[in-house]
Amino acid sequence: MPMSRSLVLKLLSGVIVFGAWEVAGRIPVSYAFPTFFESMAALVDMTVSGWIFEAYVETLRPLIIGLLISAFIGIALGLWVGLSNWFDWLVSPIFIVMQAAPLAALIPLLVMVYGIGLTSKVFVVCIMAMPVIVLNTAGAVRNAPTNLKEMGYSFLGTEQDIILKVIIPSASPIIFAGLRLGTSAGFIGAILSELKITPTGIGDIITYSRSIADYPSMYAAIFSIMVLAVLFLNFLERTERYFFAGNVRGYASD
Amino acid sequence: MDTHPIDMTRSATNASAAAAVSVRGVSKNYGQVEALRDLSLDFPRGQLTSLLGPSGCGKTTLLKIIAGLLQPTEGEVEVNGKPVTGPGPDRAFVFQDFALLPWATVLRNVAFGLELRGVRISEREAIAEQYIRNVGLAGFEKSYPHELSGGMRQRVGLARALAVDSEVLLMDEPFSAVDEQTRRKFQEDLLGLVAGENKTFLFVTHSIEEAVYVSDQIAILLPRPSRVSEVIRPSGLRTRNVSDIRRDPEYLDIVDRIWASLRSYVE
Repeated sequence: MPMSRSLVLKLLSGVIVFGAWEVAGRIPVSYAFPTFFESMAALVDMTVSGWIFEAYVETLRPLIIGLLISAFIGIALGLWVGLSNWFDWLVSPIFIVMQAAPLAALIPLLVMVYGIGLTSKVFVVCIMAMPVIVLNTAGAVRNAPTNLKEMGYSFLGTEQDIILKVIIPSASPIIFAGLRLGTSAGFIGAILSELKITPTGIGDIITYSRSIADYPSMYAAIFSIMVLAVLFLNFLERTERYFFAGNVRGYASD
Repeated sequence: MDTHPIDMTRSATNASAAAAVSVRGVSKNYGQVEALRDLSLDFPRGQLTSLLGPSGCGKTTLLKIIAGLLQPTEGEVEVNGKPVTGPGPDRAFVFQDFALLPWATVLRNVAFGLELRGVRISEREAIAEQYIRNVGLAGFEKSYPHELSGGMRQRVGLARALAVDSEVLLMDEPFSAVDEQTRRKFQEDLLGLVAGENKTFLFVTHSIEEAVYVSDQIAILLPRPSRVSEVIRPSGLRTRNVSDIRRDPEYLDIVDRIWASLRSYVE
């Protein structure tokens, strides 16, 4: 059974990675590197005390707002950039620069303009997440197969039909790839903003635990945000599979 | 093949009953490159006309101009006496590379032409199912294109073109991407289709044998600049049994004659 085999492989890779972590913590590679079980114990403590939930309420707010803005505006902008040469000329450079910019160095500027509140943090998430979403969407739309567009026109499709029924579905694998990359970058942005702007939420747990040398708690927080990111990416993959079943498994032209 | 009610109106449609499609003085330039120069040709109603020629002679360009996908630089195309300004409901296209939507099932692909025309889902799926059966793909309605062989994919492309029930079927090297055995079967099926459906077929091919086998009329196109050099109408082949055509002296003669006139253009 392929299902159970993939499950076994997932468990196995988990055992190997966490085993290596445990071993590295026991050697120890560094005084500041706790073992896997110490970190998990700290995670359980934080869960029982409710500290981690309070932290996530703080962290998820700029993260989710930023990701929603990046996804909707990013895909819309990407479509437009992909469909219009003029708009491409106007907008693409902004996102290319944004993608290449050293964000940590720009954060003081954002804080000067938008203060230390939610707005700056949402901005950081957007700057991290949006460029890859826009650029991926634009590239995929621009490279939508000519033969399918011709087919659509020859069967009397309108401009709108072609965009909705041919271009967007055929671009969807790369749009979703952009969403996944953008989401991971957004998670990084959310934590980065909490470390660089004001320590709140998960960033606060990380900063505070480190300052009192409670390394298991610090790693527990980092671990939890990674798990959350992976779960979120999985959810995106399922969404894609649900909407574009034929796309995920191959192409008619290959 | 089952027929559609539209066939009833066929006799009353037009005065120029002889030619369903006529091309008048069409030229097409791509910048400096002359793809077609002053090309004129008539396509008789209810018959299959092949456009035959070496690659680069503008066969596909001509077909796409007739489809309304390309605009000619000069000249005009008429379908049933009406000038072509863009794609229309009177023409359906079968693509060389199938042009199926990879994210859509066979059923949705076949119904896609009707979907774009705004036909209700229950109605268009009923029509699509009928044509899927007709092309021999019953049971594959829920399959995706990548799960089908090349030949089956082209059957989907054919069913999609038949489902919109156009009077003119434009086929751009439809069998060139399928294997030899499947191609022979397709050619036989095509003869049945031409005989059974009251449609006009425009068929682009680079295969001399294929053109002679399936055509009522063969237009030979020569490159640089493209023009119709000759129109051949095999007289006795349509009455033959499909399996006897390739042994017929007329078939062999025409194949030889076409090769003799084309060979000097093949580098």
